[in-house]
Amino acid sequence: MPAPIRLRELIRTIRTARTQAEEREMIQKECAAIRSSFREEDNTYRCRNVAKLLYMHMLGYPAHFGQLECLKLIASQKFTDKRIGYLGAMLLLDERQDVHLLMTNCIKNDLNHSTQYVQGLALCTLGCMGSSEMCRDLAGEVEKLLKTSNSYLRKKAALCAVHVIRKVPELMEMFLPATKNLLSEKNHGVLHTSVVLLTEMCERSPDMLSHFRKLVPQLVRILKNLIMSGYSPEHDVSGISDPFLQVRILRLLRILGKNDDDSSEAMNDILAQVATNTETSKNVGNAILYETVLTIMDIKSESGLRVLAINILGRFLLNNDKNIRYVALTSLLKTVQTDHNAVQRHRSTIVDCLKDLDVSIKRRAMELSFALVNGNNIRGMMKELLYFLDSCDPDFKADCASGVFLAAEKYAPSKRWHIDTIMRVLTTAGSYVRDDSVPNLIQLITNSVEMHAYTVQRLYKALLDDISQQPLVQVASWCIGEYGDLLVSGQCEEEEPIQVTEDEVLDVLEGLLVSNLSTPVTRGYSLTAIMKLSTRFSSVNRIKKVVSIYGSSIDVELQQRAVEYNALFKKYDHMRPALLERMPIMEKSASNGPTEIVQTNGEAEPSAVESKHPPPVTQPTNQVRTILNTVFIGIPPMTAYSKNGLKIDFTFERANPNPNIAVITIHATNSTEAEMTDFVFQAAVPKTFQLQLLSPSSNVVPALNQGTVTQVIRVLNQQKQQLRMRIKLTYTHKGSAVQDLAEVNNFPPQSWQ
Amino acid sequence: MMRFMLLFSRQGRLRLQKWFTAISEREKKKIIREMTTMVLARPPRTCNFLRWKDLKIVYKRYASLYFCLGVEDEENELLALEIIHRYVELLDKYFGNVCELDIIFNFEKAYFILDEFLMGGEIQETSKQIVNRAIESSDMLQEDDHSEWYDVELFG
Repeated sequence: MPAPIRLRELIRTIRTARTQAEEREMIQKECAAIRSSFREEDNTYRCRNVAKLLYMHMLGYPAHFGQLECLKLIASQKFTDKRIGYLGAMLLLDERQDVHLLMTNCIKNDLNHSTQYVQGLALCTLGCMGSSEMCRDLAGEVEKLLKTSNSYLRKKAALCAVHVIRKVPELMEMFLPATKNLLSEKNHGVLHTSVVLLTEMCERSPDMLSHFRKLVPQLVRILKNLIMSGYSPEHDVSGISDPFLQVRILRLLRILGKNDDDSSEAMNDILAQVATNTETSKNVGNAILYETVLTIMDIKSESGLRVLAINILGRFLLNNDKNIRYVALTSLLKTVQTDHNAVQRHRSTIVDCLKDLDVSIKRRAMELSFALVNGNNIRGMMKELLYFLDSCDPDFKADCASGVFLAAEKYAPSKRWHIDTIMRVLTTAGSYVRDDSVPNLIQLITNSVEMHAYTVQRLYKALLDDISQQPLVQVASWCIGEYGDLLVSGQCEEEEPIQVTEDEVLDVLEGLLVSNLSTPVTRGYSLTAIMKLSTRFSSVNRIKKVVSIYGSSIDVELQQRAVEYNALFKKYDHMRPALLERMPIMEKSASNGPTEIVQTNGEAEPSAVESKHPPPVTQPTNQVRTILNTVFIGIPPMTAYSKNGLKIDFTFERANPNPNIAVITIHATNSTEAEMTDFVFQAAVPKTFQLQLLSPSSNVVPALNQGTVTQVIRVLNQQKQQLRMRIKLTYTHKGSAVQDLAEVNNFPPQSWQ
Repeated sequence: MMRFMLLFSRQGRLRLQKWFTAISEREKKKIIREMTTMVLARPPRTCNFLRWKDLKIVYKRYASLYFCLGVEDEENELLALEIIHRYVELLDKYFGNVCELDIIFNFEKAYFILDEFLMGGEIQETSKQIVNRAIESSDMLQEDDHSEWYDVELFG
């Protein structure tokens, strides 16, 4: 059997392959040769074969059959074998493999080897990918090596300890004694890895953190030496002495100084020194400054230092280097909440970054700009942000549009400005706004009563220009449906009213129905809008025709609407005006209702809650959920009766299609410690009303607010009289029968108007 | 900590992969695919940082090779660039004017050098000379495999 080909020979051969198929063929051939070589237990060439296997693995081919061979190499006496064996182990034998644990014994032996480079290989492998079990078994060995005087091994042991702690946090304690003298080392490698180890321990355990706070003076001293000492060729990077160590120390100081006044004070001077003395012409200096700024912002630094830090970030923003600008924007984003005023001073620079060519910088600048918007700068900022919205990449438009809506809602100086801003967003980025913006916008428009005419006019004009942006089209359709009468009567005050006829408006809406650009949802909006105009326009016949055509539409949703609207024209024509009348002002879903109810539960009960237990937490949320289900209609719920621990709440819905019917759901709850059985609720209304009581959910009202009995009442109020009700409650409580009569007069006006 | 380091060519061929956490082969392949796609798609003169899932991706191109580091959120991106640069310097010193072919044909050496510089996702040694000396001594040990072991002291 000829000797297996050498590694470099194989690489050369494989690279000559002209196609993927050719490469695969070569690889398969070689894999077969390697497999037979493994089977023959060939010791001489095992190393070479595994190396080739690792190369093929990097190309993406499977190499699992080499796992055991790696183990054999690790166990070999030859350093070459061990080197390749451990490399193979790190690439092929991570903790997910079954044979991973077989390495443990070899690693243990090699940790005690007489040659430090073998020990190094073992430490490296353990520290990179040792499993939890392996770490548990070998932690003792690592701890021993952490105390050695050999700096080459000590630094590796420190990082190995870090890995052990990450895998098995409970073992952290055992490394504590060995950390005692770590910082007195002169060797930078050991110093660096020790700082990493200390950082890891402090991050994981508050006790360790307090314990290590006493190291702050020592860390400050080391950092000072690094800055003040002269040129050190071994650690110099562009004139700065060991920037890696400096950054690591700054990070540890950050953790130690956080929330601790004394430590923060102790590091104040050195931070100021680093901040002012570090050379900023190269990336490495800026890396240190960046870390310093992060530390200053996180600890309890005095205000002068904080301002210094923010100013450094401000200077970073003007740097030519994109990376530095990016990093500055990210940091400013983190501090904008806590140091808002200081960041505001750099607002114009930040806004300039919106025009940067780099996508990551633009995004950060956008986020930061939104964070800086307030009542004072809203007009100026919005101008810039809208300009940005016009010209930015599509990926940004959705987020930018949402941000604009939010900012406008919070800080709009006037309703007209608000509507104009929304219009601008809809027309420039209309297809990118989020789905929930449409209902939110409609609500906003409804509530700006004085702007209805202006809004519908602007939306109509926008539709004439472009019907491709669905959210814009949907909002516009809805508005035209609602306020079309204002449109044709030319009532606009804010700007020159346009002259438009009913037919022209209907042309536009019908155009939306047939256009290929309209989505099914949009078509639904336009059909409904056309229908609504039947009570606002005089061209009812035209509308009837349109509606009947769509009665046979393929789109099920459109068809259903058209059929129901048709019915409205034919059988229920007397209801049409009421049904299609102007929408009332919509309350926002976060109304007062739920919180009031929650507060009265179990606390403001006048009838003493005898139980000494606190009311269960689940009950309020049940209440809130049922309340929230109905609040969106806009009629607030009410408490109809509350006595002796029995509370009855009413929630309201409008019945469809008859708006004269109020659907009331009663919710009965019992806060006493005994349940109420045989519970019966009866109601009576004045003669001008009609009442229908549906079946209750149950006859037992559980104790301690643990459940609710619900029942639906339908009240027909054709004459729109003020609703009044007499209720009678009977139940059995603690063995005795209880009966009570009450009048309910506090119905909210919306429930009967 | 650093989660991974990848080296790949402008055509997207992988030249080195170092993983500092245990993840499945499938997951590794997915990450490699996504990294190469993302980084190679970056227009010139953009910044060297990207956000990907919960990680920061720091990348830099040296000649025909892209060096790509995936680091956790609290890592200093500007320093990560220095880490990449330091590794390139180490390779350069070892191979003498390193180029992509050196890394292709001597990938195991590239790993050995990396393993003297980084470990467990952290920096192991901040001195270039010490890393170089360690590699040289280890290489010498390999040559002496025919004879018995002897202790090699680290000079200095």
